[in-house]
Amino acid sequence: MSVRRLAKEQPASFAFTPETLEKANWWIAKYPESRRQSAVIPILWLVQKQEGWCSEPSLRAIAELLGMPYIRVLEVATFYTMFQLEPVGKVLVQVCGTTPCMLRGAGDLIKVCKDKIGAKDHMSADGWFTWQEVECLGACVNAPMAQINDYYYEDLTPESLAEILDKFRAGEKPYPGSYAGRHSSEPQGGALTLTDSKLYDGSAAKKIKKLPNAPTPETAT
Amino acid sequence: MPKAKVNGVEVEFEPGMTVLQVAELAGNEIPRFCYHERLSIAGNCRMCLVEVKPGPPKPQASCALPAAEGQEIFTDTPLVKKAREGVMEFLLINHPLDCPICDQGGECDLQDQAVGYGRDASRYAENKRAVEEKNMGPTIKTFMTRCIQCTRCVRFVTEVAGVPEIGLTGRGEDVEIGTYLEQAVTSELSGNVNDLCPVGALTHRPWSFNYRPWELRKTETVDVMDALGSNIRADYRGPEVMRVLPRVNDAVNEEWLSDRSRYAVDGLMRQRLDRPYVRVGGKLKPASWAEAFDTIAQRMQGVAAERVGVIAGDLQDAESMKAALDLFGSMGVTNLDCRQDGAQIGVGQREGYLFNSTLAGIEDADAVLLIGTDPRKEAPLLNARLRKIWLAGKAQIGVIGEQADLSYDYAWLGEGVKALKDIKKSAFAEVLKNAQRPAVIIGMGALARADGAAVLKLAADAAKAFGVVKDGWNGFNVLHTAAGRVAGLDLGFVPGEGGLDVPGMVEAAGKGALDVLFLMGADEIDMSRLGRAFVVYMGSHGDAGAQRADVILPGAAYTEKPGFYVNTEGRVQLAERVVFAKGEAKEDWAVLRALSERLGRTLPYDTLADLRARLLAEHPTFGRVDYVAPSAALDLAKLGAKGEVSDLPFVSLIRDPYLTNPIARASVTMAELSALRSPVRALAAE
Repeated sequence: MSVRRLAKEQPASFAFTPETLEKANWWIAKYPESRRQSAVIPILWLVQKQEGWCSEPSLRAIAELLGMPYIRVLEVATFYTMFQLEPVGKVLVQVCGTTPCMLRGAGDLIKVCKDKIGAKDHMSADGWFTWQEVECLGACVNAPMAQINDYYYEDLTPESLAEILDKFRAGEKPYPGSYAGRHSSEPQGGALTLTDSKLYDGSAAKKIKKLPNAPTPETAT
Repeated sequence: MPKAKVNGVEVEFEPGMTVLQVAELAGNEIPRFCYHERLSIAGNCRMCLVEVKPGPPKPQASCALPAAEGQEIFTDTPLVKKAREGVMEFLLINHPLDCPICDQGGECDLQDQAVGYGRDASRYAENKRAVEEKNMGPTIKTFMTRCIQCTRCVRFVTEVAGVPEIGLTGRGEDVEIGTYLEQAVTSELSGNVNDLCPVGALTHRPWSFNYRPWELRKTETVDVMDALGSNIRADYRGPEVMRVLPRVNDAVNEEWLSDRSRYAVDGLMRQRLDRPYVRVGGKLKPASWAEAFDTIAQRMQGVAAERVGVIAGDLQDAESMKAALDLFGSMGVTNLDCRQDGAQIGVGQREGYLFNSTLAGIEDADAVLLIGTDPRKEAPLLNARLRKIWLAGKAQIGVIGEQADLSYDYAWLGEGVKALKDIKKSAFAEVLKNAQRPAVIIGMGALARADGAAVLKLAADAAKAFGVVKDGWNGFNVLHTAAGRVAGLDLGFVPGEGGLDVPGMVEAAGKGALDVLFLMGADEIDMSRLGRAFVVYMGSHGDAGAQRADVILPGAAYTEKPGFYVNTEGRVQLAERVVFAKGEAKEDWAVLRALSERLGRTLPYDTLADLRARLLAEHPTFGRVDYVAPSAALDLAKLGAKGEVSDLPFVSLIRDPYLTNPIARASVTMAELSALRSPVRALAAE
């Protein structure tokens, strides 16, 4: 991670779309009127969803919407690394580089990104991709993995990642999830435990005589 | 009261105190960087670690830990020392070793505490972090690599100054203090963040690289840039006042100082009148004192007393005004006035022109009505107090006058006399009526106008209706803008029987009805309307008055003469001489004493002590320094006078808060600040 600054080139203005504003107001309504600023993080997310990144005019618009000083919004936006302070490509690839993914080959994924997209944290020349290395995304069981836009792509190999990126470039939307053919985070080749069908038809269960804390005739009345 | 033991010594403390405060009570100083008595508690520097029992077996940050009954606090155990040394080592990891070129060197908290808790050498072999400099405006010089992220500056501008413009951006190793898009801090109290900074990250830009603190000699004196009389310490080297810092006085300025009071001192070395001048053939020519006095004596020969006028300026000390009163009084001059803005106030009961609730006392008010005043421009530290009670939810504030940004919310009732007349019908009337201790602050914007006396009457009527003056509470407050004003009024420096006030004198001079006009540091009147009058200007700076003058008598600025000043609450304060007057200039009372001899009306005192003895004998209010007499019963019905009132809006007299007096107008820093606030920006490329 490096120093996070606002991008040098900024759009002249920003306006909330009616949909964003509606959702923003839904978030604001969750807090007391005097605590409107509590909605700053959800609204930064909404703005990022709308624009792809958080521009300087958008930070000011958020501050004005929530009645807080500009610098307070800037503090939040620069603190949290998930808020993009520079424009990003249509496809944002966030490769997990933390220990489990690293041990399982995140370095190779990063190399694919470098080759296919270019420098880290910068939009590719064609405006399609931006890739970043991020800290643990919490999918260590399916390492190595990357988050592409809103979805997790797991059990990646350099080949499968390259193929996914190509599909995005071709305008397709590759299906998220495991690319090693496993369901969720089950072992490869299917489950190894809890396979007995009796577990699921009720026959192995002990007969229930009494529910704990169930109402008795005395207490029910 | 609960008791706790500090290093085995039992102390009683107020409920709600922190462990740090209790330890201080017991006489143990706790090192700290982020904690400050007048700011909220952040608890992020970790320097104030102590051991507390009962509690977890580890050191605790004492600034944020509430003290409890029966607690045992240890401030000097080996564990505490080791923990603080650890904190210090971490702080120094990224702190540059540039003390020899740092302006904070010699008065740096980090430097001092490193002596107590630092290691002799660093164990850190990696690269230190470096942070880009930030622009924060003309008063704050940044050297952000030195920052230890205590966030005192962030808390000060957010809480006290009320301009949340400084923030801590980024995270972890990359956190930086800065303003939004590097804009200048727009606070009129911005200089205080430089005082608060415990290291050399924020230093005073106007004084940067000008001095080392140990070269300076210090004199405690009083500020004259507004009517609060902030307590200051003027540090000087040789003949030059190098800087001005606040002194702690909870009754006046707490421990803050406004930028005008602090940074206008560079004006003391510019535009100075350092020798007498006499106008010969339309041009001012350097002259000797004798020539200057001769010219005045010749011109005044045979001039009737009613054709002579005397105006005392805003920065005059009481002694010089007393000398002027004695000299011109002995000639029978009645055209005397110390209110060059034309304020219609100052006759009658003393309480009628004072800030009666006192500056600290205004914090007890639960409803405040501001009439014709913009305290943020006129008295920034009073405004900080108003913000303090507003922030604490203790008071509601109403304004009649300009809708200025005062750094707090207020109910705006209207812009002028109409709103004052209709006050009982306004929504704010309910607030005033229900208040236990309502206060009214009436400013010169309402009083310094032709109908000022009638406005004062209206304000006094309103105050009476809302019970502003009652047993044990006097909330009727006049906020002056001139440091010398209350002393002048106390001395009776107002027109005598049949005498003219300032607007009258200016008009009379323009019509040729006034032959001689004596200006004592008075520069705020319209010099172009003085007609053919013979103008004598006695003062320290070449400003409007000196430009118009026929004879210039060089006087001393406020740092160059000992003198009494009375602040807006009636507090008599003693200013000391810091350095000597420049060149041939003399202290103002001595100039008047010498002039009196030449005019054949020798004043009966040869020393300042004699003058003061006479002053005290005739005006016993000057007898007690740094003291505000308990407010006597104030008869509001006798204030002001019935009369026609105009519908003109109340407008604060201070248009540019950085250029209010000759010293400020001579200051480069004030000019920079003024340009920054000015709505007119240079359009062409430089």
